[in-house]
Amino acid sequence: MSNALHAQTDQSGTSAINYLDPRTRLLTAVLTTVTLISIDSLVILTGALVFAAGITALAGLGAFSVVHRLVLLEGFVIVLLLVLPFTTTGEPLFELGPIVPSGEGLKLAAVIALKINTITLLNLALIGTLSPLQVGNALRLLRVPGNLVQLLLMSVRYISVLENEYARIRRAMKARAFVARSNVHTWRTFGWLVGMLLVRSFERSRRVSNAMRCRGFNGSFTFHSESQWKSF
Amino acid sequence: MAHIPEGILSEPVLIGGAVLGVAMLGYSLKRMPAESIPQTALLAAALFVSSLVSIPVGVSSVHLLLNGLMGIVLGIVAVPAILIALVLQAVFFGYGGLVVLGVNLVNLALPAVLCAIVIRPLIHNASPRKSFWLGLLAGGLGACMTGILLTSSIMLSDPNLIPAAKIILLTFVPLMAIEGVITGFTVGFIKRVAPELILPKEGRHV
Repeated sequence: MSNALHAQTDQSGTSAINYLDPRTRLLTAVLTTVTLISIDSLVILTGALVFAAGITALAGLGAFSVVHRLVLLEGFVIVLLLVLPFTTTGEPLFELGPIVPSGEGLKLAAVIALKINTITLLNLALIGTLSPLQVGNALRLLRVPGNLVQLLLMSVRYISVLENEYARIRRAMKARAFVARSNVHTWRTFGWLVGMLLVRSFERSRRVSNAMRCRGFNGSFTFHSESQWKSF
Repeated sequence: MAHIPEGILSEPVLIGGAVLGVAMLGYSLKRMPAESIPQTALLAAALFVSSLVSIPVGVSSVHLLLNGLMGIVLGIVAVPAILIALVLQAVFFGYGGLVVLGVNLVNLALPAVLCAIVIRPLIHNASPRKSFWLGLLAGGLGACMTGILLTSSIMLSDPNLIPAAKIILLTFVPLMAIEGVITGFTVGFIKRVAPELILPKEGRHV
C-alpha cells in the first residue's frame, strides 16, 4: 500500500501548478480530456504528449514516480494494445505464418496508447498534486451536493485510521504465522479480515456519530475558506 | 477497482455513462440522511482500504472490486461510496479520469444496486451458514456484471475493439470466483459477529 494515503496535505510544494485554484485545475483537466478524446491524428497526439510531459515536469513530479505510474496501467490496457494490431482488418504489414498485423490496427493501438498516456500525465499534474481536502473544497465551491462532499471529506479523514487498523490486524496475523497462499484457508482469512474491518469501522462510526451529535452536528460542516478564484 | 482509463471510449458511450451515473447518484443521495453520513463514510473508507489488499490467486494476485459487498452493507448508498473510491483513486494514485468517471461509476454501481435490492433482504433474514452462499452469489454477481458492463462499454465504443474486449472478459472469470468466495466468508462473518450491519430492504445505517 502506498504512502500517498497519508499525504493529506499539499503534495506538490511550491510549483507553478500549485498556485492555480483547485477549481481551475479540475475544470482544465475535464476540458483538455474532452478535447483530446476527439482527436485521432498521430502528429497532434504526439505533440500533446510532449506538452503533457512538460506540464508534469512543471508540476515538480519526479520522473521516476511518473514513469512508475504509467507502467502500472491496468493489465487489460496492455492486452488491448497487444491484441489490436492482429484483430483489426486492414492492409497487412507483413506475414509471419498465421500472424498478420495490419497497419490500421497498429495505428489504432498507437492512438489509444498516446491518448491514455497524455491524459494520465495531465491528470497526474493537475489533479494528482491536489490534496483530497482541496478536491473536496473545490467540489463544494463548484456546487456539488453538500452531503456528497461531506461523505468524501469524512472518508478521507478515516482512510488512514482504518489503514492503521488493517496494518494492526495484518501484524496479528503475521504473529500467528499466517502466510498468504492460493488456498481456501487464505481466502477465508481475508474474508474475515474484511469483515473485521467493516465491524470495527461500524463501531467506530457510532462513537464518531454520537460525538458529533454531542457537539451539535446538524448535517453540514462549516468550511473556512474563501470562495474567490485564486490566480497567479 | 477495475476501471477503464481515459482515452479508450467514444463520446456517445461517455455521455450515456455520465447521464446514467448522475441519475443514479442523485437518486441515492436523496436517500442518504445527514445523520447517516458518519456511518456511510467509515464503511466506505473500510471498503476502500480492503480493495487495496492484494489476494494471491494461482501464480498471480488480484485486487477485489467489492461492489457486491458494498451493495449488501451500504444498500443504495453504495453509489456515492463507489464514486468516492473512484475519485480518491484518481487523487491518490493518478488512476482514472474525470470524463470517464460516469461510465466507471455505472459499471461498478449498477451491480451493487442490484445486490442491494435483491440479495440484501435475503441475507438479512438468512442464517450465517446460508448467508455464506448468498454472499458468494452477491460477490460473484458483482464481478460478473461489472465485467460484462465494462467489456460492453468498450465494445460499443469501437467495433475494432471487440476481440480484445472478449479477452478482457475472460480475465474476469478468476476474479469472479475469488470475489464470490471472499464476499461469502465476509458476509458469513458479519452475520455471526455483527448481524445489525446488514439491514432489511429500506434500512439505513443511522
